[in-house]
Amino acid sequence: MKITKEISLGDVAARSEELRGENMTLNMGPSHPATHGVLRLSLELDGDKVVKCDPVIGYLHRGDEKIAENMTYNQFVPYTDRLDYLAPLANNVAYAIAVEKLAGLKLPPRCEAIRVLTCEMARISSHLLGIGVYAMDTGAWTVFMYTFNERERLYTLFEELTGARFTTSYTRVGGVTRDLPEGWLAKVAAFCDGVERTIDEVDKLLTRNGIFLERTEGIAPISKEMALAYGLTGPNLRASGVPFDLRKDKPYSGYEQYDFDVPVGVKGDCFDRYLVRMEELRQSVRIIRQVVKTMPGGAWYAEDAKKIFLPPKAKVLTKMEELIQNFMLVTEGPQIPAGEVYFEAENPKGALGFYVVSHGGGVPYRLRIRGPSFVSLSILPAVVPGNFLTDIASILGSLDFVMGECDR
Amino acid sequence: MDAAALASRFPATQDLAGKDMPTFRVAGSDLLAAVAYLRDAQGFDLLADLCGVEWKDRPTRFGVVLHLLSTTHKEYVRLHVDAVDDRVPSVSSLHPGANWHEREAYDMFGIVFEGHPDPRRILMWESYPYHPLRKDFPLAGIEVELPAADVAEVTGKKVVPAPMMGGPFVSHGGKLSEGEPTALDQSWNEQHPKA
Repeated sequence: MKITKEISLGDVAARSEELRGENMTLNMGPSHPATHGVLRLSLELDGDKVVKCDPVIGYLHRGDEKIAENMTYNQFVPYTDRLDYLAPLANNVAYAIAVEKLAGLKLPPRCEAIRVLTCEMARISSHLLGIGVYAMDTGAWTVFMYTFNERERLYTLFEELTGARFTTSYTRVGGVTRDLPEGWLAKVAAFCDGVERTIDEVDKLLTRNGIFLERTEGIAPISKEMALAYGLTGPNLRASGVPFDLRKDKPYSGYEQYDFDVPVGVKGDCFDRYLVRMEELRQSVRIIRQVVKTMPGGAWYAEDAKKIFLPPKAKVLTKMEELIQNFMLVTEGPQIPAGEVYFEAENPKGALGFYVVSHGGGVPYRLRIRGPSFVSLSILPAVVPGNFLTDIASILGSLDFVMGECDR
Repeated sequence: MDAAALASRFPATQDLAGKDMPTFRVAGSDLLAAVAYLRDAQGFDLLADLCGVEWKDRPTRFGVVLHLLSTTHKEYVRLHVDAVDDRVPSVSSLHPGANWHEREAYDMFGIVFEGHPDPRRILMWESYPYHPLRKDFPLAGIEVELPAADVAEVTGKKVVPAPMMGGPFVSHGGKLSEGEPTALDQSWNEQHPKA
């Protein structure tokens, strides 16, 4: 065969320039399995490369901050369940501590230990789901089955503790709704053994899996500077190499008594975010084991906070003063002094912050919720462009957000 | 956190003696310089939160509250800024993460952030006429047109206020209801069976 013309790279480039058409606008969501809820991405595509990404949020906006201004502090607890609805126990605790800080309340050690325990169980539950659906988004179906089995066990434990599997509403300002059930701690210890095996199995399924690595390694790296500039928190911030964990650096609820490590990523890509969550699972199990071993006895609510926490039921039914106190607290709310407070707790998705302004009385004047998922999504316009359309599933999965908390 | 340094650099700064963290009221004209100074010289590298507040005891109706976090010194600082004529300079050039927070504060309160790169609503739709977190906006909402005109034409529906009756959703402290407790659906009872 006779070569008539040698084709140079320049020719190819010129030809593809000729073929370049208009960019295509594509709507992803609000109902799309990879958007984990009602997130809509308005994408501009050049071929299958993303040129521009504009997240459209607000589909789950319920006006929680407005609602909070119209009800007593304890009435708002069930609404906190519906922020990050994959870790309601952790939201309950963050909210309760914020209001207690404003009231200047000191809680007994048993109550603090119970809260740490529930927070870490919520973290395991949230990360198991986060990793399960992340794997599913990148094409590995099986992992989801493994992690959901464990979540089912967790839900059974939550049900025994709080009476609800999903929307727990476990804390009240000044304590928790009820003490630990008898024999429950032994079940938690047994759960720890089981979940550790599952974590190892997930590790074997995913961490060295060629397809998973291809789809996550080197995808959408977020530098340390960028993570800080956008205000990322939690595992997403740590995956970018910033060793900041509120449980270690601003300890609350007695976290300083427990021994655990804070995993930190190196490259900040999708794979690092997965690795950080996997290690956090193990560290949470470690914390739970310590709490189970050292669970203090004594009161499980602030007994001296007569204007804040409801009196015990037995006394309400037999004593006049407690009956009146119960009635006033339920109708007028726990009495919180005037002032302002900002408290952030290290939740599974990042730092969940509550900014409470009180003018005294039982109703907050202003309650601002800083949702970590809102912040995590605000980085999308900066990290998504330049990636392929198929990578969006990996990026969204790795950021592990939940729309209930983003839209509030 | 060197509180004196901030006050001496920006004379209009007022120390509000915050109980949980250092709190300052910064003049709007000083805000960008103060946030830049806190970020570059004091290590407050992360904007934890930015939100609007409608005050009732201050000269300006709205204000903005910023919470800055130092990941190296493990400290927070809070800045209050009054929104004179409902306007506050945008800090999103210093902390890109402020972009969405400021869009939300505009959406919810109508505070205008001067120099914001993308001043759109964020949670409500673009043609929504109100700012829902203002104190004069009712909890149930106000009737407005649907965001999509074509859907509204076919369905003939509007966005209607939430049905507030029957729910113990609202409990204003100190104000007890004077009525007797009643059932939700009073159209039937022992004398008049349910249709």
